[in-house]
Order: sequence, then structure tokens, then C-alpha cells
Amino acid sequence: MAYDKTLGELLREQGITRRGFLKFCATTASMMALSPSMVPKIAAALENAKRPSVIWLSFQECTGCTESLTRSHSPTIEKLIFDVISLDHHHTLMAASGYGVDEALHDAMKENYGKYLLLVDGSIPVGNPAYSTISGVSNLDQLTEAAKGAAAIVSIGTCAAFGGIPHANPNPTGAVAVSDIIKDKPIINVSGCPPIPVVITGVLAQFLTFGKLPEMDELGRPKAFFGQNIHDRCYRRPFYERGQFAETFDDEGAKKGWCLFKLGCKGPVTYNACATMKWNEGTSWPVESGHGCLGCSEPNFWDMGGFYNSLSTPTIDIAKTAAAGLAAGAAVGVAAGALNRRKKNKAAREHETVTINDLEKGAKS
Amino acid sequence: MLEHMATDSNACGEGDIFTGNVAPILNEIRHALQRLLDEDQTTTIDLRGIPMGPGEEQHLESLLGTGEVTATIDAMGLSTVIETSLAGVWLVVHRNDNDDILGKFIEITRNPTILESQTEDMHSALERLPGILADYS
Repeated sequence: MAYDKTLGELLREQGITRRGFLKFCATTASMMALSPSMVPKIAAALENAKRPSVIWLSFQECTGCTESLTRSHSPTIEKLIFDVISLDHHHTLMAASGYGVDEALHDAMKENYGKYLLLVDGSIPVGNPAYSTISGVSNLDQLTEAAKGAAAIVSIGTCAAFGGIPHANPNPTGAVAVSDIIKDKPIINVSGCPPIPVVITGVLAQFLTFGKLPEMDELGRPKAFFGQNIHDRCYRRPFYERGQFAETFDDEGAKKGWCLFKLGCKGPVTYNACATMKWNEGTSWPVESGHGCLGCSEPNFWDMGGFYNSLSTPTIDIAKTAAAGLAAGAAVGVAAGALNRRKKNKAAREHETVTINDLEKGAKS
Repeated sequence: MLEHMATDSNACGEGDIFTGNVAPILNEIRHALQRLLDEDQTTTIDLRGIPMGPGEEQHLESLLGTGEVTATIDAMGLSTVIETSLAGVWLVVHRNDNDDILGKFIEITRNPTILESQTEDMHSALERLPGILADYS
């Protein structure tokens, strides 16, 4: 598996020029949301980086996270898997190989004990482990065993990070997040349903480059990608500031691309990089396509009060009745933010469901 | 200013929405170009890290225009390096083998690094030359 060779050696063996390598480093820096001035340091670190073993386990999930990664374009997944990391085991991609997959898993764990990166997508059912087993082994047992020899764990997607959709009320399987079970290993949460592919590869590149996980927020997510909320980075933000909102999905406001806050956009309480990284090779993202953010990278997003219910009164409406001025504006913003969070938490507690009326809201004027 | 940029119909095509980020980028370029002249310090702006509305990036590129130099590099996919109509301001676009855009940068420099021949590649070239000479003679 050529674990002893450095990335620089591997790339040169494949005829990759230094110029090509610098291009790889420039796009990797961008992928990691690092300053372009970091490119020489990244080049030096990657030159000497050893190819790490990666083990990917899939539990209660829909395969959307794997789909997201295998659609990744930056760098191409082929480059990532075959040149940069050694993907020794992937439940889903290797399923057709049958029981040989289990051997590959145990060989990789034994050979790289203490050094491999463990990627997990899907939540773990602890209410009744029989809800999800692989080769007769419960997800709980498989995770516990694989975690022992891992250098670090990356929880891919909101299910692995926070329980996700299986965890939604009434949580019939007793689904929990990886971090609810594993307490003695560094864990990073790359949440999203699914996560942005560039964010997944960015975290892997960060680990490869610096040999450690990147700086994280209070929910264990990489700050480089989850440091700002969708609302603050949204290109529709100027319309929010001016109080111009789409009221339905087909009104004049919607056609003019006005803010989607009143149609239930969860951008103000959602931290993710969609607004800048975008989706489908940087083509677009949900808000640009005319639909509010669902808040899929946040815990309990499924129980956040209905996708089409707005969080609270927009800041701008409150501002109309508040004293003008910068200080007052800041205070109003803080108050509205608190109101939004309170409504989100209240909805999660009371499990407000989406009704037919919510879904048909776009058809009503 | 924000309002002006968001509603400037002269600058927007149909369906385009502007965030107002073009003006700050142009100002950043102005300061960077001054730094390049005064201190010989280069600057790179990563366009991926800046929120842009539909059509806004194309608008920025049209404002920068195309200058005298256009180069393509075939290394792990095509890259294009274009000196904009503003001397010292380059637009660098990296693509992968599938022609997907991996990154887009504005470099304020006399000569983008990616265009320069790299020391490691020159060593490799020097190792290959005796073979070429041997075949020739």
C-alpha cells in the first residue's frame, strides 16, 4: 500500500510536475479555506506527508454522504483516493466484494493501528442494535472496535455528527451520534445533509497536510467552513437589510431574488459554507436556486419547527420600531438572533411538524 | 453603496443579483497594485472565499477585461492565466481533468508563479537531456 512513501515521491513517480503540484497546493489551500499566502507552507508539508490509511464505516445513513464525496471535484476523487489517501475500507463502495471486505477492514486496522483515520457516516442505533448490523455485527460494536486504533475520527454528515434524521422525533431506533459513544478520541464533525464535498475533502487535506484535525467550533465542526452562518454570507442579505422578502415561492419578490427569510429560510441559525463553496462544481446552492436553507448542518434540524415556518420577525421589521443608530441596530440584531435561536429550540422541544398548509404555502397569495 | 450595487440595473443582466462585493474587491486590487509598485509585494485573492450572486463574478471579470497575455498550462488539467486589462492584475483559473473549475484567483504580481519554470522540473529536464542527445547522435 506504499504507506512509507511521501506524497511528493508518489506524485513524482506518476509524472506530476512541480508546476502541477503547486496547482494542487493552491486549490488545496482554497479548499481548506486558508489564505493563498499559505500555499508554500502547504507545499512543504504535503511534499513530506505520508499517505494515511482511511477506513470508512457506514451505519444508519442514506448513502448521500458517500454520493457527495464521490461527486467531489476538488481535487478529483480519483486523485484524493488513489494519490493522497489510501481508502482501505469503505462499507458501501466495497459491498459487492462480500466477506472479503471484512478481511480488508481487519488487515487495515491491524497494519495501521493507532494511525488510521476513521470516517463514519450514519448514526448508531443504541435503542435496539439489531436495527442496523453489517455481517451480523452491530454498528455499536463495529464503531467501538474500529475507534480503538484510530488516530482520529471524522463524523461525515449530520447523522454521524448529531444523530441526524434517524435521531428525529420520535427516534425509533435510539439513534445517537458518534461523539455520544466515543469519548477518548479526537472527533471532528463535518455536518450537512449531505456535507459539501469540498468540505469533506478539505478536512482530509488538512489532516494530511498538518497531521492533525483543524480548529473546531463548539459543536466540533471545522471553523474554516462552519465559522460563519449562511445568512451572513448570503448574496440575498442586502434584500434582508432593506426589508425586501419573498412572501410566496412565485410572487414578484421571489422572481426578483429577494430574501427567503419569511419562507422559512434557516440561514440565520445555520453554520455552513454553502454560500461560498456552493454545490455541483460551484454552480449554485439552495438559496440561489430559490429555496430557503433547511439548516441541515445543525443538530435537530428535522425538528426545527417546519421547513417553511420563518424563525421569527426579521430584524429589519423590529428595527422599524426601534431607535435608529448603530448601537441600537447591533442590539436589535442580537435580540433577533436570540429570538431566532429560542424559537428553534422551542420547536425542537415541542416537535412542531410540517403540515400540508406549510407545503402549500407557496401556492397561496 | 450596498443598495446601489444591489439594484444597479445597468450593471446586472436579467436574473443577476449583486451582493455589492465587486466594489470592495476592486478596491482591494487597487491597494494591492499600489503595494506591488511600492514594496514589490504580491497579493492573491481567492474568489472562492467571497460570496457572489448569480452573474456577479462574470461582471467582475468583464470589468477587469482582458489584456495582452493569455497562457494555458496543461498540468493535472488545464489552467488559464490571463493578464487583465489592468497590468499586473492576473486572473488564474485552475481546472481538473474533467474541465471542472477547481479554483479561481486574482493575482496581483508581475509574473504569476505558476508560469515560472520550477527548479525541480528543470533538474528533471537536465537528467533527460543526455538521453535526447544520445538518441540524436
